[in-house]
Parts: sequence; structure tokens; C-alpha cells
Amino acid sequence: MTDLRKEDRDRAGETAAAGGVAQPHDEGGHARHLAPHEQVDRATTGVPSDPAAFVGGSGQGDMALVYESGVELEARSQWGYAARRFLRHRLAMGGLMGMLFIFFVAIFANKIAPYPFDELDFNALRIGPTTEGKHYFGTDLLGRDFFSRVVYGLRTSVWVALFVTLLATVIGTTIGAIAGYFGGWVDNLLMRLTDLVLTLPLLAVLLVASIYLGQGKPFRVALILAALFWTGIARIVRGTFLSLREKEFVEAAKASGAGDARIIIRHMLPNAVGPIIVTATLIVAGAILTEAALSFLGFGIQPPNPALGQLINDGQSEGLKFWWMVTFPGIIIVFIALCINFIGDGLRDALDPTQRRLRD
Amino acid sequence: MLTYIIRRVLYSIPVLFAASFLIFAFVAIASDPLQFLRMQPRISQETLNKIVEREHLEEPIPVRYFYWLEEAVTNKFGSTLIGDRPIWPDLVRVMGNTAQLVIAAELIALLLAIFIGVYSAVRQYSAFDYSFTTVSFLGIATPVFWLALMLQVLVVNIFLNYDIRIFYISNLSSADPDNFLLDRIQHLALPVIVLAVASVAQYSRYMRAAMLEVVNSDYVRTARAKGLSERTVIMKHAFRNALIPLATVVALNLGTVLGGAVVTETVFSLDGMGRYFIRNLVEGDPYPVMAWLMITSVLIVFFNLVADVVYGYLDPRVRYD
Repeated sequence: MTDLRKEDRDRAGETAAAGGVAQPHDEGGHARHLAPHEQVDRATTGVPSDPAAFVGGSGQGDMALVYESGVELEARSQWGYAARRFLRHRLAMGGLMGMLFIFFVAIFANKIAPYPFDELDFNALRIGPTTEGKHYFGTDLLGRDFFSRVVYGLRTSVWVALFVTLLATVIGTTIGAIAGYFGGWVDNLLMRLTDLVLTLPLLAVLLVASIYLGQGKPFRVALILAALFWTGIARIVRGTFLSLREKEFVEAAKASGAGDARIIIRHMLPNAVGPIIVTATLIVAGAILTEAALSFLGFGIQPPNPALGQLINDGQSEGLKFWWMVTFPGIIIVFIALCINFIGDGLRDALDPTQRRLRD
Repeated sequence: MLTYIIRRVLYSIPVLFAASFLIFAFVAIASDPLQFLRMQPRISQETLNKIVEREHLEEPIPVRYFYWLEEAVTNKFGSTLIGDRPIWPDLVRVMGNTAQLVIAAELIALLLAIFIGVYSAVRQYSAFDYSFTTVSFLGIATPVFWLALMLQVLVVNIFLNYDIRIFYISNLSSADPDNFLLDRIQHLALPVIVLAVASVAQYSRYMRAAMLEVVNSDYVRTARAKGLSERTVIMKHAFRNALIPLATVVALNLGTVLGGAVVTETVFSLDGMGRYFIRNLVEGDPYPVMAWLMITSVLIVFFNLVADVVYGYLDPRVRYD
């Protein structure tokens, strides 16, 4: 009960403090007074300025506003504008289609693959790509259908990358938010920790960790990757929080008695969502490439679980004459990384216009 | 500036200590360096005990860390645990090989990237710009080891089918080359190309972005308004300032790659830093691994510092106090 009232006060404080800045959550009353050109301005600036727009964002999508003069104008939330910018980004949409396709293959791997990934066939050793017997990508030295192995390998690699991203984002955001919000010695301690992780050569630490902590199981490999991938997000979240901390709406929230956790989660975090999503997207690509390199070097995911990098390693040890074993898994990796980078680019333009790369 | 540098150096010392202790503890807890010796029937338990005593393997890890530290400081990282081989000469050798590879690759990459970046920015949205944007996106998305393997597949199949040897795909030199320089180039060409491609993709994007920002700035418009030729405007006014961000990126990158292009060196079996590290890691010998990690970490810290100092020097608006 008291909590509800406090929330109301929080919001009232922010509305007053944020002054003339666009108030997306307030569209019902506020936007009505905006002249049409101000609506256009909001479309281009689009900096998330109000936390409530993200947290309590349910049910405030696009709505039509009818002016007294009878002109109908569509008002959008910040997310509406972001979604629009994203949908118009052609490369990003292409990347999204590509990734949906990849997810489709990963989810339905056992339906798509014509063979189990470990079925041996000694009558078909090392045959090149052919439609005969559905060996589209040929077979390997044990006669296992390489297309099926690539499909299952793709599934493993994609799940590992997604898991790494989820975990790294949670760790990075927590550390960055705490460091940025509290400042002082907490900030110092946490950022020195981040420096420590950054001082070490990434691949080397990964190799040391994976050789001693657990080669083989995809889950362990993912844990190790996540333990080193959170630094980028931590730095970005900390930077955002440091600047947000001085904003009036935070002061207002504090003044109205909101606790630290509440301010961090409900008021500040939503303002950092844009950069977090962009960085997280790029982590997916980084994780795919790094896991492939690890597995290729023989320190990552071990047989019998196929992974894309490890399949390339199989091909390499065959003496490079059987080109299909090296080529196909690699093309898939490039395709995934390319799609994700395109999506990341589109998301950056859509969500985080302040960090937009010079228009290209 | 000097105080800034000194402060940064002093400040990195505890970080390096902490990092080295963590890694040491990690390697020491998790690995058994004697596992390979134990498997050999000709090595008696007494010999093993002697090694254990000599290397203080029974002491607690913090104590062992200080033994290691003492060796590292007074005796150039000491000797390997397995085989008692001095570490420093090996390190010098592999560092030299890696330096050849990395410096050649980075120089080529820089020249290409600067040209591509400037040209794409000046002719923005031209066919040149679009094609190199596409290429660099591809370059960033391509795993280094796969590119290396594809080049190897190409060269190997040319050799097998047509008996023409353009490049070698492994090692640094042949056993008995007629022409040392040519032989070295044939060996280094592929790894250099692989490393350079990865760097060009990254650098040219930075260069293009920086150049675009500069070209659209007020002082360049002023230069044009004064009636200077386009060439002077681009080369004298815009280009120099656009190099600043790239200098930082290159310095940061150098710190990382000098530690050994682990993947490239492994694929091409080059006797460099990266391969040295991997080999010793697999053997479970903590001392060379530690030596390698310390050298690389120092390099990274050093080049981070260089990046900041160079940035402050090139851009007078940045001042460190």
C-alpha cells in the first residue's frame, strides 16, 4: 500500500524534474499539447529519457491522437520509434531473417538432419558433397554424414553463444550498475577487477581455464566464456550509470524515499537498456567466433558433441585434401557472425542514436 | 605528462602482481606437471621425489608463488619444470619470430587500411565504398583460423594438382634453402596475409569513420572556403586529424597480437609466442606458461599506456594531469 503511493510520488517527481523533455509514459495527457513538429523531433532524437516508459511500458504502444482541429496524429512510445528505425534498416532485417533461419535449423536439428550425427557408415568414407544418399556436405573419415554433423554442430554452437550472452549480460550489468551507482571505493574495487580481467590476454586465459576446468561439456565451456565476456557490458553500464546518477529524476526518486535497489532497477536500468542490448548482440557474435576458435584448437567442446569449430578441426587433421570438411562449417560460422553484426548495427542505430556510428 | 606516465606505471604494478598470482594459483591447483613423467616406467620414484623437492611442489601455493617470483626476478624466469630447460632463450627466440610475423602484417594492414578508409570516406556511397564496406563486414565475421585453413586448402590443392609451389603452409624456413630471403617470404606470406586481413577489416572501418567525421567538420569547410584545392584540404587538413583515433586502435591491438597470434601460429606451425604457450600449456608445465603470461600482460599494459600517451600527444585538447 505504502509502496504504491511511493511509486506515484516517484513518477510525479520525475515528470516535474525532467521538464520539457519528452515524457513517453505521459502520452495521454502530455503529448496532446505537442505541436506536430515536436513529434518529428522525438523521432530523430529518441534518447530514452524516461525510465517509466520501459518498465511500466505495457499497454502504451502506439495510439492515435485526435487534435481539436480534427488532424489525426499517431503518437509512439520510444520503443515504437526504435522498432520503426530497426525495421527500416535493411541490413539488420536481412540479418534478422538469417538468424531466424539459423534458429529454425538449431531447434529442428533432429528433423532436418537426414542422419544421426554419430552414425557410422564404412561403405561411404570421405565421399565429397553429393545428393546421392543425401550426403549434401559429403562424409567424414568414419563415414558420418557431414551435413547432419554440421546441423547438430550449429545447434551446439548457437546454444553456447546464447547462454554465454545471457550470463555475461547479467554479470556485466550487475557489476556495472553497482559500480556506477555507488561510486567511491565500490566503483574502484569493481573496476580494478574489470581491469584485471582485461589485462590478461583473453584467448590465453580461456585456454588455461578450459584445459583445467573442464574441456568438453558445452555447458562448462559456456561458463568459462561468460566469466570473461562480461567486462565490456560492465564498463558501458557503469558509464551510463555514472552520468544518470546526477540526473534530476534520480535525485527526485531518492528524495521521495526510494531504496537503492529500487532506484537502480526501476529508474536507472531502463535508461541503460539500449546500450546493453547493442553490446549483448555483439557478444553473441564474439562468443560464436571465440567458441569456434577454442573448439578448433581442441580446448573447447569435445567429441562426441559436434560443434562448428571442432568439425573444422576434424577436417584439418584429414590433410586438407577433403576440402568440404573445412569449408562448410566455416561458411556457417561466417554467416552467423555476419547476420549478428548486421543486427547489432541496426540495433545501435535504432536504440542508441547517441552512439551511432557516423552515418554509413 | 611525465607524472601521468609514472602514475600509470606504478598503478599497473599491483594489477600485474594480482594477475600473476591468480594465474599461478590457477595453474598450480589444477595441473599435475609430473603426470607425463609418472607414466614413464624408467623414471623412478626417487627422481620424482627429487623434482618435487627441488621445485618445492609440496609447499602451499602462496609459498610456491614466492619461490617462482624469486626465480623470475633473479634468474630471468628460471627453468622449465619438465626437463629443467632455461626459459629465457626460448622466449627470446619465439618473440623474434612472432615480431617478424606481426610487424610485417600490421604494416601491410595499416597502409591498406589507411588508403581504403580515406578513399571510401572521400567517395562516400561510391561503388568502391560499398564494396569495401561489404568486404570489411565479411572480414570481421570470418574466424581467423578458418581463413588460414581455406588459404592452405587452396595452396595445397594447387600443389597437388599442378605441382606448383607458391607458398609453404607450415614452419618458418626450409631445411636447406637456396635463397634464404625468398624462402622466408614463401613461408611467412600466408600467415601474414591472414593476420593482415583481420586487421585491415577493423582498421579501415575506424579510418573511414574518423575521416568522415573530420571531413564534415567546420575547419575543413573553412579550408575549402578559403579556396584551397581539394587535395590540400584532404591531405593536409583532414587526413592528419583523422589518423588520431587509428593510432590508438593500432597501439592497443599491437599489445594483443605481439603476445602471439595463438591461432595463426598454431595453424601454420610457426615457432612463435602463441605456439610456445599452447605447447607448454598442454604439457602442464606452469613456469613457461607463467613466463609467457607475464610477458604478454606487460606488453598489453605497456601498449595501453602508449595508446593514451600518443593520443594525448596528437590531440592537444586531451590533457592528462
